[in-house]
Amino acid sequence: MFRVKYVFLQFVCLLQEKKEREREMALRNIMGKRVGIGLMGSRALSTATCDVESGSAKSINLYSAINQALHVALETDPRAFVFGEDVSFGGVFRCTTGLADRFGKARVFNTPLCEQGIVGFGIGLAAMGNRAIAEIQFADYIYPAFDQIVNEAAKFRYRSGNQFNCGGLTIRAPYGAVGHGGHYHSQSPEAFFCHVPGIKVVIPRSPRQAKGLLLSCIRDPNPVVFFEPKWLYRLAVEEVPEHDYMLPLSEAEVIRQGSDITLVGWGAQLSIMEQACIEAEKDGISCELIDLKTLIPWDKETVEASVRKTGRVLISHEAPVTGGFGAEISASIVECCFLRLEAPVARVCGLDTPFPLVFEPFYMPTKNKILDAIKATVNY
Amino acid sequence: MANWVRISSRSIGNHIRKRMNQGFIGSAVDINKSSGSSSALHGGRTVCDRNRRYLNSLPWNRATLFWFQRFKSTVAEKQQDSFLSSDTDDDQLSLDFPGGKVSYTSDMNFISESSQTRVPCYRVLDDDGELIKDTDFQQVSKEAAVKMYSKMVNLQIMDTIFYEAQRQGRISFYLTSAGEEAINIASAAALTEQDIILPQYREPGVLLWRGFTLQEFADQCFGNKADYGKGRQMPIHYGSKKHNFFTISSPIATQLPQAAGIAYSLKMDNKKACVVSYIGDGGTSEGDFHAGLNFAAVMEAPVIFFCRNNGWAISTNVWEQFRSDGIVVKGRAYGIRSIRVDGNDALAVYTAVSAAREMAVNEQRPILIEALTYRVGHHSTSDDSTKYRQSDEIVYWKNARNPVNRFRNWVQSNGWWSDQQETQLRSSVRKQLLEAIQVAEKTEKPPLSEMFTDVYDYPPPNLEEQEKHLRETISRHPADYPSDIPV
Repeated sequence: MFRVKYVFLQFVCLLQEKKEREREMALRNIMGKRVGIGLMGSRALSTATCDVESGSAKSINLYSAINQALHVALETDPRAFVFGEDVSFGGVFRCTTGLADRFGKARVFNTPLCEQGIVGFGIGLAAMGNRAIAEIQFADYIYPAFDQIVNEAAKFRYRSGNQFNCGGLTIRAPYGAVGHGGHYHSQSPEAFFCHVPGIKVVIPRSPRQAKGLLLSCIRDPNPVVFFEPKWLYRLAVEEVPEHDYMLPLSEAEVIRQGSDITLVGWGAQLSIMEQACIEAEKDGISCELIDLKTLIPWDKETVEASVRKTGRVLISHEAPVTGGFGAEISASIVECCFLRLEAPVARVCGLDTPFPLVFEPFYMPTKNKILDAIKATVNY
Repeated sequence: MANWVRISSRSIGNHIRKRMNQGFIGSAVDINKSSGSSSALHGGRTVCDRNRRYLNSLPWNRATLFWFQRFKSTVAEKQQDSFLSSDTDDDQLSLDFPGGKVSYTSDMNFISESSQTRVPCYRVLDDDGELIKDTDFQQVSKEAAVKMYSKMVNLQIMDTIFYEAQRQGRISFYLTSAGEEAINIASAAALTEQDIILPQYREPGVLLWRGFTLQEFADQCFGNKADYGKGRQMPIHYGSKKHNFFTISSPIATQLPQAAGIAYSLKMDNKKACVVSYIGDGGTSEGDFHAGLNFAAVMEAPVIFFCRNNGWAISTNVWEQFRSDGIVVKGRAYGIRSIRVDGNDALAVYTAVSAAREMAVNEQRPILIEALTYRVGHHSTSDDSTKYRQSDEIVYWKNARNPVNRFRNWVQSNGWWSDQQETQLRSSVRKQLLEAIQVAEKTEKPPLSEMFTDVYDYPPPNLEEQEKHLRETISRHPADYPSDIPV
C-alpha cells in the first residue's frame, strides 16, 4: 500500500515537473523568438518577460516611452494596429507620433468619434488574431465603451468555451489629475474595470515602466485596459532602454524598502507617496513603498509579505475613496493579516465629489495628507 | 411554368447597380429640390466606380490598391467637384466646405421627413410561391433548392421541439425563429464557408445550413460537457469556430462594430470573404448600430448588415421603435448601399444576399439589407405575445404568409419535391431531434473546473484560491449543490 502511494506521488511529481518544463520551454521559445522577429503571430504567455537588459538607454519622457513601445509593437508584429481619435497625426498627447508615416495608414488610422465603436471594432480585429491597440482620448470618455469592455471583451473567451478570444486587444487611455482638467479631463476610473473578471488593468508609474508594461499588455493574450498618467506625459523623465523589453504583469514591485509601514499605490500617485516616505524618514519612520502596477489580477502575495513585515498599511489613489480600488486591497489585507495588523488600514484618496477644477488642490491626496496618515497609523 | 430568367451572380450585381442608378432601388426618396440646386442624388454609381476604374487601370497589386483606396475620400472630393460642376452652369453657385463642394440655393426648403412613397420591397415569388413575371433573381439548382427547403423544415421542427422541451422543464430557455426560416436559410445559402457570421440570436438556421448537427444544438441547450460553450451560457447562445459562427451574446447590437473590425481584418488579409452580421428592428435603435455602420463605411469594410425587421422587439412594435421608413433608409445616412427585400421570400433573400456579397467582397464596402418579415413566435419562452398583439394577426402570418410553405410551393412546382418526401423528412427530423434531446439530457455536465478556466488564458491566483475554497465548501455542504455537475 505504501509502495503504491509512493509510486503515485512520484508520478504526480513527474507530471508537475513535466508541466513546469513545458511552460519553461514555451517561455524560452517565446524569448528566443522575441529577439529579432519578435512575437509575430504567437501569443506571449502573460508571464513571458525579460529583465530590462543593459544596453543603450536614453532619457525620455512618458509619452515618448509609450511612443517607443508602440513603434516596437508595430515593428515586431505586422498584424498590430493602432487606432483611435486623432492618432494619425500623432495624437493629442503625441503618443502616436510617427506611427502612421512609418507603418502606413492601413495600420495606424483615425476612427470616427465613437468610443463604443472604437472598442467594438478593436474586439473584432483582435478576435481575428490581430493585436488591436485602441486609444481612448481621455479615460473620462471611456464609458460609452463600457458595455463592449465588460459584456463583450471580458467575456469573449469564457462564453465561447475558448473557441474565440480577443486577447490581442489593448485599450490605452490617459487618466488622472493634470492640474486644470476638471470633471472630464482628470478622472481615474480604474475601479470600475477592476470589478470585471476577464480583463486586466495596468497602470505604469514612469517612462521606463510604461514602455515595458505596455509591450507586455499588447502581447498578453487577454484584453487589457492600460491607463497612462497624463500628468507624467511630459513631466516624468527617465532613462529608458532603446530596445524591445517587457515587464511582467501581475507582479507588484517594492520600490522602496522599509520596516514600519507599507504603502501601496500606482501611477502618478507613487511620486507623491515617495515624497511622503522621504519626509517620514526624517521622523524616523521607515516606509516600504509598493507599486502595484497591475490592478487586476493583482499581486496579493507581495503586498501580504510586506504587511507581514511592517504590520501597517496605507493605500493611496486619486480616485474617490468610496468604492475605490483601495477598498479591495484593504479588505483583502484585513482578511489575510488581521492579527498581524498594528493599526487599521489607512486610505488617503480623492474625495467623494466629481473632480473639481478650482478645488483640485483640496480634492487631491497630497503628500501632507499621506504624511499625516502615516504618522497616525504608526502612532495608533 | 412562369417565365423566369437565368442570370449569373455577376450580372445580377450589375443589374441591381444599374437599376439603382436609374432610381429603382434606393432613390425613391423625393427631395424638395429647388431650382438652383444640382441633382446630386441621381444614382449611386458616381465617384466610387469612377475611382475604381481609374485605379484598376494602374499597374498595382491588390495590396497597394487598398492603400490608394484609403485616400479615396480626398480623391472623391475632387471627383465630386467635377461631377457637380458638370451639372452646375455657374461656378458661383457652389460652395467650398470641408467635405467637398456643395451647391447652394436661396430657397429655404427642408428635406421632408419621409418620402412620398416608401422604399419598395424586392420580391421574386408571390404569396403563393409562384414566380412573379419578369423578375430578376439568382437561379437556384434543384440540389440547392431542395437543401434550402429541407433546412427550412429542419429549423421549423427544431424550433417546435425545443420549445416543447422548455415547456416540459427539460431546458431552461428557448427562442424560436418561426416566420423567419427564409431569412435564416436563404441568407446562409448565398454565402461561402469562409464568410464570417456575427449573429444576434434569431439566426440558428445559418448554423444549421453550415452543418451544425441537431446533437450539437441540443448539447448547447442542455449545457452538457459536449457543449462547445462549456455550459456557461443560456440555451440558444450557440457558437462554432469551425463554422465561422461567432458565439452569440445577449446584449443587443454589440456584434455590429465588432463585425466592422472583423471585416477590416479580412480586408487586410486580402481574403475573398465578407462578414455577415444580423440584427433585428429593435437592435437598430442601439448606439452600436450607429457605431457599426459608420465604422464599416469609413473603414470600407466588407460587411453585410442584415436587419430582420420582424415588426416586434419583444412587445415594442416598430412604430414605437423608430419613425423612419424602416431601416433601409438609414443606410444612405452612412453612405451605405442598401436594399429592402421580402424576408419571407427565400429566392429574394438569396438573390439579394448573393449580390450584396459580391459587392462587399469585390468593392470592399458595407451593404445594408432590410428584410421585412414577421415574428410568428413569441419573443422567447419567457414571453406570451398574445398579451400585446392580436392572436389573429399571429395566425395570419403563420398560415397565409408562411415562408416555408411559399418556398415549398415553388420547389414542388418545379417537380423537385413531393408530399411523400415532405412526410418522410418531417418524421425523420423529428425522430433525430427527439434522439438528440435524449442523448443531450443524459450526457454529463461539464466538470466544476470549467467554471474557472477561460476567464483568462490561465487562471490567476485569486481564481485558484477561490476554486480551492469552493471545493472545501462543497465537501462540507454537498446538498447545496447540483448533483449532476462532476466536482
